[in-house]
Order: sequence, then C-alpha cells, then structure tokens
Amino acid sequence: MEKFDVVVIGGGVVGTAVLRSLSAYNAKILLLEKSSDVASGASRANSGIVHAGYDAEPGTKKAYFNVKGAAMFPALTKALGVPYRMVGSLVAAKEGGLPALQELKARGDANGVKTEIISREEILRLEPNIGPEITYALYAPEAGVVSPYKLTIAQADQAVVNGATIRLEEKVVALQKSKDGFILRTEKGEYTASYVINAAGAGASEVNALIGEYAPMETHGVGDYFILDSKEAGVVNTVVFPLPDEKGKGILVGPTADGNVILGPTSRKVPHERAEENEVTREGLDLVREGVKRLIPAVNLRSVIRVYAGTRTAVGSDFIIEQSARFPHYFMLLGICSPGLTSAPAIGEYVAAAAAEALGLTKKKEFLPLPARFHLNKSSDEEIKQKVAEDPAYGRIVCRCEKVTEGEILDAIRSPLPAHTVDAIKRRVRAGMGRCQGGFCRPRVMEILSRELNVPLSSVRMGDKGSEIAPYEVKEGYEKV
Amino acid sequence: MKKFDVVVIGGGPAGMAAALGAREKGATVAILERDTRLGGILNQCIHNGFGLHYFGEELTGPEYAKRFRDKVLADSGITVYLEAMVLSFNEQKVVRALSPTEGLLEIQAGAICLAMGCRERSAGAIGLLGTRPAGIYTAGMAQRLSNIDGYLVGKEVVILGSGDIGLIMARRMTSEGAKVKLVAEIMPFSSGLKRNIVQCLNDYNIPLRYSTTVTRVTGKQRLTGVYVAPVDEKMQPILEKEEYIPCDTLLLSVGLIPENDLLSGTGVQMAAVTSGAMVDEYRATSVPGVFSAGNVLHVHDLVDNVSEEAFVAGRAAADFAKGVLPCGDTVAVIPSDGVRYALPQRVHPGEGKVKLYFRVDKVYKGRTVVVTSGGKEIKRKKPLVMAPGEMQNIEIEKSLITGEIKIYTEE
Ligand SMILES: Cc1cc2nc3c(=O)[nH]c(=O)nc-3n(C[C@H](O)[C@H](O)[C@H](O)COP(=O)(O)OP(=O)(O)OC[C@H]3O[C@@H](n4cnc5c(N)ncnc54)[C@H](O)[C@@H]3O)c2cc1C
Ligand SMILES: Cc1cc2nc3c(=O)[nH]c(=O)nc-3n(C[C@H](O)[C@H](O)[C@H](O)COP(=O)(O)OP(=O)(O)OC[C@H]3O[C@@H](n4cnc5c(N)ncnc54)[C@H](O)[C@@H]3O)c2cc1C
Repeated sequence: MEKFDVVVIGGGVVGTAVLRSLSAYNAKILLLEKSSDVASGASRANSGIVHAGYDAEPGTKKAYFNVKGAAMFPALTKALGVPYRMVGSLVAAKEGGLPALQELKARGDANGVKTEIISREEILRLEPNIGPEITYALYAPEAGVVSPYKLTIAQADQAVVNGATIRLEEKVVALQKSKDGFILRTEKGEYTASYVINAAGAGASEVNALIGEYAPMETHGVGDYFILDSKEAGVVNTVVFPLPDEKGKGILVGPTADGNVILGPTSRKVPHERAEENEVTREGLDLVREGVKRLIPAVNLRSVIRVYAGTRTAVGSDFIIEQSARFPHYFMLLGICSPGLTSAPAIGEYVAAAAAEALGLTKKKEFLPLPARFHLNKSSDEEIKQKVAEDPAYGRIVCRCEKVTEGEILDAIRSPLPAHTVDAIKRRVRAGMGRCQGGFCRPRVMEILSRELNVPLSSVRMGDKGSEIAPYEVKEGYEKV
Repeated sequence: MKKFDVVVIGGGPAGMAAALGAREKGATVAILERDTRLGGILNQCIHNGFGLHYFGEELTGPEYAKRFRDKVLADSGITVYLEAMVLSFNEQKVVRALSPTEGLLEIQAGAICLAMGCRERSAGAIGLLGTRPAGIYTAGMAQRLSNIDGYLVGKEVVILGSGDIGLIMARRMTSEGAKVKLVAEIMPFSSGLKRNIVQCLNDYNIPLRYSTTVTRVTGKQRLTGVYVAPVDEKMQPILEKEEYIPCDTLLLSVGLIPENDLLSGTGVQMAAVTSGAMVDEYRATSVPGVFSAGNVLHVHDLVDNVSEEAFVAGRAAADFAKGVLPCGDTVAVIPSDGVRYALPQRVHPGEGKVKLYFRVDKVYKGRTVVVTSGGKEIKRKKPLVMAPGEMQNIEIEKSLITGEIKIYTEE
C-alpha cells in the first residue's frame, strides 16, 4: 500500500489546481483520475470564459472565488504558457433590457468588478457585427478567454515537475477512514492518505457516498456547442452574451483562446446516469443557431468544424467548498459548475492552504516553473531554424491545418504528465483540431504513438479504454512502407 | 536563395505531371512535397481503375503514380524536396517551406504551380449529432489505415455518403471480412462513379439507400450504432422514420474540399462552386505566374484528367517564367441550366482548341449540352447519360469565340 500525505480525487481544472498549489509544499501528494487523461470531464468541454464576476450573487462562494480567480489568470497563464486573452465581454440587451443590465452592474459593483453600461454606438465600436435589435450592453473589459484543457494539463504538468504523482485510469471505488487517515482503493491499487480532497466533479457526490459523507442530488445540464473555423475569427471580438435568464448565462458568441469562434451553450437537463454521455442533439444545436442569430447575425454556420457538448454539475445554487465536519482531513468540492473554471486557481490555493494548515506542511524553498515549449505557430524564423537544426523532428509537420510538428508531438508524449492517446495529444498540441479534424494527421499521430509507446497500432486509443481506433489487422493487400 | 523557373507545390499526380509539363518546355523545376514520397493520394489507392484513358490500361494507384515518379526522378532538371511542407508564398513568388533536412527553406520561383490536392469533409463539418466515440472516420482515413498501415478500423460498418472513396472502402472492408450494412446517401443520386457503384456495392450485395442520412450516433468509448432516416425535399430528416442500425464503424464519404489554405491573403480569386481558384485555359489564376491543377483546382474523379490538366498548367507555368505565355483579354465562361460549374472560367479567343470541363447538377439522360459564344452556338453534344459524379467535357474551337461563352443543357 503506497502512502501519501495528500490524495486528490479527480483531475479536472479544480483538482489539478489544488495539486499544483499543493506541490509548492513539502508533502508527498497524489492525484487519482479515472480517465486516460486529466481534463476529461467538465474541464474539457465548456465555454472557456474567464468570467469577470458580475454575474454571481454577492456574498456567495461563487462571487468570492470567481473574482479572486479571474485576477490570477494573466500571470498564471503566462507562467504556464496557456493561451489566454483578456478580450472583454458584453451582455447585450434589446430595448427594455436596461433595468436588467443595471441590476447586473449593481451586482458587479458589489463584487468589485469593473463594468460599464454602454450604448449601441459604443457597442458597434467593439462589435461591428452586433445584431440590429441590440441597444445596450454591459461591458466588462476584464473578462477573458482561456483554453480550459490546456490550463488543466499545464497545472498537472507543473505539479509533476514539482514532485506530485498523477495516476491515470484509476477510479476511486472505495474510500474509508482508518485510524490515522484514509484508505483509498482504485481498480489498480490501494493507497493511504493523511488528507483527502474530493474534486471529482460530476462524480463528487458518489465519492462522498463512498465514505458516508453528505451526498446531495446533483443536477446535470448539457450544453451544446459549435466551433467555427479560425478563418471566421474576425466576426466577433469580445464574448457576447444575451441577458441571463433562470437557466443560466445563455447562448454566447465569442472568440476562443486558440483563435476559433465558439457558439453555445444550451442547457438541457439530463439524469445523473447520462451525465457523461455528452450527446449533441438536434434541438440543442437549433437553439444555438436561434440564439446566435439575435446576437451576431453575421456568424457563418457553414464554417463549423466541430460540434460538441459538455455537462455541468450543480448542487443547489452555490459551490460547496468545505472541510468535512464529520471527517476532519477530508475536503470536499461539490457543485463546481460555472464559473468553476475561472474560480479554479483561487480554489486551488485555498484548498491547498487548508490541507497544509491541517497537516502542518511547510512551503518548499523553490517552486519549479514549467519549461517553455516550442510551438512552430508561435515561433520566429530564427527560433524555427535553430530548433530544426537541433532536432529535425521540429521540421516535420504532421498536422497541416494547425501546423504541428512531430517534435511538438514527441514533447507531448514526453511531457511531465505524458500523453498516451490521440485525444491527449490533440488537447496538448492541437494536432487534429483544425479544419480537417484529423482527417489527414490522425493516422500519423497514431503511427508516432505506436512507435514511441512501443505498442502495435491496433492498441492506440482515441481516449479511454475501449476506444481503439484501428483494432484489427488487415489480412492482405497493403504495402508496408 | 535557390531559384527555379517553376516551383510545384504538391507531388501527387497533378504535381508530377505539372513538373514534367514544365520540363517539356525546358524549365528548371522544383517539386515540394509534404509526404515522404511522391504520389499523393494514389499511394493509398491500391485498387484497380487508374489510367484507363491516359495509358489505355487498368493500373492500381501506386502503379499509376510509379510511372510518373520514375520519369520525374530520372529527370535531372527536376529537384524534388520531400517532407517539405509549403507554409506560404508571397507576391514576389518566394515560396517558404519547412523540412526536417532543410529547415526553413525559401525558394524564388519564376512561376508557381499549385497541386496540393484536397481534403475530406469531416464529421464536425457536417455537424454529426450524438456522442463522440471512436469508430467514426473519413473514408480516406480508413483507407490509409488499411492500405498503408495495415489495420482495419472495424467489423460492422455503415457508410454515410456515396463518394468514390466510400464506395471503394465498402468493397475493401468487405473483402477483409467486415460487414457493410448500409451506404446512406442524402441526395437522390450518387456523387460517385457508376462503375464504382456496380463493382463495389452491387457485386457484394451492399445496400445503397438514396435520400437517406445518418441522424445521430451512439456509444461512449466505441461507436455502438447509428440512427438513419429518409430526408424530405428540403434535405431535412423525417424523424418519425428514424431507424437504428447497430454498428461499430461509421465511414464518412461526404465530400472533398480543395486544400487551398495557402491562398488566403494572396489575392488569388476563388470560385465558390469549386472552392478552387478561377483559371483560364492555361490554368493561370488571377495572380500572374500562379497556376493551379488537379484536385486543388476542382475535385476530379479520374486521375487521367488530373494528369492532363496538370501538363497544361506545367507547360504554361514554364512559358510564363520565360515570358512567352500568351496573354490578352479573356471572355468568361458562364454555366447555367443544369451545368453546375465549368472550368476554365475564362478563355482567350484565338487559335486551337480548348476543352471545357463541367459537372451537371443531377442525373440527365439524353439531354443536350450546348455551348454558345457571343450569342451564337459553337458546339453541341448529346451524351447518353450525365451524372454529377462524373466530370464531363466538351471541346470548342477558340477561333469561334466572339464573346461571352455560355454552357448549358437543353432537352
Ligand atoms: C457547458 C459548460 C460551460 C461552462 N462554461 C464555463 C465558463 O465559460 N467559465 C467558467 O469559469 N466555467 C465554466 N463552466 C464550469 C467549469 O467547466 C467547471 O466548473 C469546471 O470545469 C469543473 O472542474 P472540476 O475539476 O470540478 O470537474 P471536472 O473537470 O469534471 O473534473 C472531475 C474529474 O474527476 C474525475 N473523477 C470523477 N469521479 C472519479 C473517481 N471516483 N475517481 C477518480 N476520478 C474521478 C473525472 O473523470 C473528471 O476528470 C462550464 C461548464 C460547462 C459544462
Ligand atoms: C481515395 C481516392 C480514390 C480515388 N480513386 C480513383 C480511381 O479509382 N480511379 C481514378 O482514376 N481516380 C481516382 N481518384 C481520383 C484521383 O486519384 C485524384 O483525383 C488524384 O490523385 C488527385 O491528384 P492531385 O495531385 O491533385 O492530388 P493528391 O493526390 O491529393 O496530391 C496532392 C499532394 O500535395 C501534397 N501537398 C499538399 N499540400 C502541400 C503543401 N502545403 N506543401 C507540400 N506538399 C503539399 C500532398 O502531400 C499530396 O502528395 C481517387 C481519389 C481519391 C482521393
């Protein structure tokens, strides 16, 4: 049985934020994630907005962590090399919507968030393509966009660089209190921990149930999205929301941190057993089309390169972020729905500090940075020349749409938290995320994985177990080259 | 900086023929090819059926490619850069490429010939509904995995779209012991070649349903099935008639898109219907010295036509580099009444003949194609059948061109 000081359950943006913050302390720490990669739950499929913080009810945990988290993004993403842009956001209202905007603004003021109500003329300066019915907007200049999975992965990588252990494909199936801590069991092993942090997202209630903690009913809302080709990037500059309603912040149009355009999400209730299906529906996409038309009618839906869905998990109306009263040294994070991504860095610090205090952990002398990576797309000619001279793999383009080289893919496979599936590579370096969606590069990425991991191509997976891409051998008629 | 009269981007059948065409005119030529070898998409097309027109015999894709490759490699006037991906070119015709051996490579071209081929439309592009499991592939991806890597993607297959690659993969997977349960085509006709429907589906009793589409897919890690439904006249699925087909594989053969990303910002005028450049009969684009041929110009169904077109472009590119390409005013070629597009889109009046390639918008039996110029009929032709999946052509005398050319069909 391996012994750890702290075990974090769940490798979403919250769990990895906690792990990263914890890795600054002198402690033996472990993260257990049931999927084949971190960022496999809600942190993979969301809107990627760093909310300014005017939306949350003043005085709530949501308001506190949102505002605190948002302020951390510029420095954090820079240090981690994660795509982030402070593009600002607009809540766009039609005639008659002014009182609702004023209410939002008042909330923003109470939360200490910079906002401003602007006229159509001023909106047009920011968004020349805004719909004709829009007359006012609440402008929040400090809202931003981030790549949510890259943030999650980078947090995990930096934690590993600082000594944390991450075990993938290990679902926590049993959790019990022992004399001096906890015993956790996964399908693969058993661990003991002095302190356990439940950051299991949609599975957090289930994990609580394992140990007999409060396991509230969660509600799950699926959101459908379209992603448009990067050539449409100019159609929208800020994140444009409609007025929020009882269902949430509504269907937005905005740029993504990686330079595409995102449209969505809807909010369709699904039962718990279907919370991980992430099924895209016709009704959902129709609603997105409808919503988008009113905000930015110029959006070109023929440039769609991908549709997807993500599932939010909520428990009541606020985050549950607290140390268990029944089991000291057990910390639970439940109902971390939106603005959970924005809040994650602040939640991570807070929870790590709580664990450190409980265990009397001290800070390490040095917190190691994440080494910078080469990205062809972001490099100057000089940098490219030098890099290719060092290693020709950086001169071999594998993904033609996103211009990703073999060298970058090898870096992903050899990361602190290594990528070992096609999707894991895609999330790290964007191979297969462009307009052809891997039509051309996927077989090549599979070949590289097969070679590097020294496994037959037939066992290369897209993601989790059972997702092998080309599972059978061909009997005849091909020439091996 | 290295200099060549003609720089060919892409070393598929179009690129190789363009290079050989340019050599006929004595030009120095460079081919920049992203892959590790010449041949393009042909390398994975191990079936028969190439070269019937050009060589008068049936070859496999790799055999057809080899005939050209041998000539290209034997010609000391052609420099081939492999694993060299072109990133951009500018107004001065400096071509920038990246390769593991050369690093960032800059080449000064006298003329550029585009031959980058095409890519397949993806599941995302058609907004495929449902879950996101493994088991969904474009047909060409599955073809590459089986024919180059030696791995089969699945055992129980539904194919969406009846493009040629999908049809050929239906046969290929069947011969490997997979069961192809259905080919669903949303249109009332196939975009594939008639001969492929006969040889790849009918001969193996694989059902093809027209006016039918896949409405959604199921499965978490691996595909477990697809729903299919007929569509109405507006192409909307009739959901009451949705039917579930269990399967582990969905192949998409829903269209090819010319790979013209390189052209953004170059000022090359594009044609909306073909998604390729607008060209004249020399395959010259609107930017002087930039030529285009093969699937990057418009999607071809026969490689023979690709080679022919690329020879034209290659010769013209060489002439341009030497300053002897005829120029002057052109007249427009305007398609209508059943002709979806015609290419070239512009023609110079003068001597000799020019072939107009075109595609029709649905299946026509016994309909006549008419070409007029300046309001006067200059050619007519009555093929037995014309189908959207089969590119047609009609040859006209340039001397008869007196004004705008119209090409249309009539009863
Ligand atoms: C549609 C949508 C849009 C959103 N938009 C935004 C936005 O724009 N801005 C914003 O700030 N927030 C947004 N959010 C919210 C944000 O995405 C979430 O709050 C955040 O991702 C939650 O992170 P998490 O780490 O708690 O959960 P998750 O990312 O779901 O991570 C939980 C992890 O735990 C693992 N796990 C579960 N059970 C176990 C177990 N028993 N053992 C081991 N591992 C387990 C799961 O596999 C998963 O990887 C959005 C959410 C959705 C769904
Ligand atoms: C799957 C399939 C099956 C077919 N079956 C038949 C058949 O049975 N019979 C028949 O006659 N025809 C068939 N065809 C049609 C014919 O083979 C194709 O139309 C022909 O191969 C197109 O040639 P191309 O040179 O234009 O394109 P490609 O063969 O696609 O070649 C383009 C080349 O350009 C390279 N390239 C692209 N971008 C760059 C860049 N930026 N820098 C450097 N290099 C680049 C690519 O690597 C590629 O090698 C088939 C086509 C396909 C796709």
